[in-house]
Amino acid sequence: MKKAEDRRQNQECGTEPRFQTSDFRLQTFRTLLPFALFALALVALQLGLRAAGREYCLTQLTMSLYYAIVVIGLCLVMGYAGQVSLGHGAFFAIGGYTAAVLTTHDFTRYGTSGWAAGMKAAHVLTARDDLYGNPILTASPGAAFCAAMLVTLAIAGLIGYPALRLKGHYLAMATLGFGLIINKIVVGTALFGAADGINGVPEWRLAPGLTVSGRSALRVENYYLAGGLVLALLVLLRNLILSRVGRALQAIHDREAAAGAMGINTAAYKLRAFVLSALLAAMAGVFFTHYTGGIGPSEASAFKSVRYVALAASGGMASLWGVTGMSTLLNYLSLRGLFGSYDNAVFGALLILIVSIAPEGPLKPLGQWLRKPFARSAVERRLEHGAA
Amino acid sequence: MENTSLALQYLLSGVTKGSIYAVVAIGFNLIYSATGVLNFAQGEFVMLGGMVAITLAHYAPLPVAVAGAVVIVALLGGLLEVAFFRKLRRHSVLHLIIITIGLSIVLQEAALHLWDEKVRSLPYFTGNEVSSVKILGAAISPQVLWVLGTVAVMVISLQVFLKYTLPGRAMRACSSNPDAAMLAGINIPNMRTLSFALSAALGALAGCVISPITMTHYEMGAPLAIKGFAAAILGGLGNPMGAVAGGLLVGVLEAFAVSKLPAAYNDVAAFAVLLLVLFVRPHGLFGRPGGESVREH
Repeated sequence: MKKAEDRRQNQECGTEPRFQTSDFRLQTFRTLLPFALFALALVALQLGLRAAGREYCLTQLTMSLYYAIVVIGLCLVMGYAGQVSLGHGAFFAIGGYTAAVLTTHDFTRYGTSGWAAGMKAAHVLTARDDLYGNPILTASPGAAFCAAMLVTLAIAGLIGYPALRLKGHYLAMATLGFGLIINKIVVGTALFGAADGINGVPEWRLAPGLTVSGRSALRVENYYLAGGLVLALLVLLRNLILSRVGRALQAIHDREAAAGAMGINTAAYKLRAFVLSALLAAMAGVFFTHYTGGIGPSEASAFKSVRYVALAASGGMASLWGVTGMSTLLNYLSLRGLFGSYDNAVFGALLILIVSIAPEGPLKPLGQWLRKPFARSAVERRLEHGAA
Repeated sequence: MENTSLALQYLLSGVTKGSIYAVVAIGFNLIYSATGVLNFAQGEFVMLGGMVAITLAHYAPLPVAVAGAVVIVALLGGLLEVAFFRKLRRHSVLHLIIITIGLSIVLQEAALHLWDEKVRSLPYFTGNEVSSVKILGAAISPQVLWVLGTVAVMVISLQVFLKYTLPGRAMRACSSNPDAAMLAGINIPNMRTLSFALSAALGALAGCVISPITMTHYEMGAPLAIKGFAAAILGGLGNPMGAVAGGLLVGVLEAFAVSKLPAAYNDVAAFAVLLLVLFVRPHGLFGRPGGESVREH
């Protein structure tokens, strides 16, 4: 009796979902709709740019999509687990540099040993020509990718385990300090090309007809590759967030002590979220490095890490769509050089403005504002109905 | 003999740098205890102090330029608090951190566009680049004495201010229990503004005295902030005297690291110590672990 009354009240106030939960097909449709729209937007953008004869813009768009992967991963740590990380630029660099070193470093002098022959047979090492046509023996991009993931896994676990026991300011500083150490090591080591970075990273043949490469002939293909990767990750993360793990992370975000009291192993969940997002950043770094054919120390700078945080904040932190959209857009504008020498200032100012005015991100309040007229008319309708 | 004087030289250069880290750390502590915000833009105050003083020195005698720079940067610090943090009481720690980081970037970029990317410096307060004072066989610049003297005076007068004056005691009351302080008639928002202004003034003065030695550059703020934070953590957050010890420790460590490690890895030692301390003793070398607060931040 009581329940039925509640339900009627809810319906009157409009809090009850308008669709019955049994309407399974409609629900599936509503779930899939944003993903379909995203895919459509990717296609529309490419066709639009082709029609406008500005297909060269796809290059920066592809790079922005790779950067967006880092921000999406950061979104998991910041928006869902509620932990700040100012070291994600370092993970991007760890991934990119590992891949770059392994695919450009010449292993020829080990070429005669037995294990090198074995590695060659297993396609871990491949012989190819370098930029000047000299034959060299390097790791294959696939093997380098696996190595990059393993290295990132180890470092993220090693740094995350103690760091995530820290809170708020302490965690921010610890991750920032970690990022700076990686940056200094990269700049100060000859193996990593010091201040020049590493060039001549080969293209990565993922499958026949699917190559990560910056060649202009493969521009469209690479754009869809990056877009597809982002889409796949969004699907994965959406499922993760709606799972038991995601709910645990959100509980940690809302009130860590309460989450712990409910029996959630907060330290373990935080660490997993951190490591997963570090792996995403490193993966983006590997793809990015193969795409642009090189990587420089600026990718490991504190500014880059701060920029990822800014982008996550500007998208609303806990909104995968907002974060993806905003970070792709802003990075694209920045890569096109729209902000000129004020690039960093724009990101800094954006950070302050968005976080102080709309800590939930600008998209949510904007959406509410847009929906306002409709909401009011619904109330009015109901009033009329009540009067009649 | 050679070795001891060399060691003394390293020690002195470490203490000089360390005293600046100590000032930054004290600035962190002042703002942190009054507002709960850890101001990542603390290093920018040091940079701005140096920059403004250098510009003013073109038009006024050095002491006036330094005083002017301190006042201007203090006003700016107070203004930042009024503009950004006064209204944001309901924001979480994460949001406040992000805002101070944003401020740090904007201040840095503003300095880049107001001045330029050139390295500049104030003239030596007494003597010049080559004049030196011999102490125990180690040759030191008189500017080092200026730095050490100024920092000592700053630290002592800050202690006197906090312990024996009404506004200082109000500020401490505000940090130990804001609600009780408010009931006792203390205007908490004004105290928070004062803490920002005071910490900006300290940073600016430090930026002036150090300028002839380390030079002033628009990018100098961020590394200073991080090492200052390392010092504050080492000493235990909220403990000004601990911050001084922590600052000197970081400075000396860095100076000796330079003699052992390749120059490119210079900062790695300081950051590694920061990480180590954070992981092993997050409450600092001199602090004690506090109870965990369940209160919403």
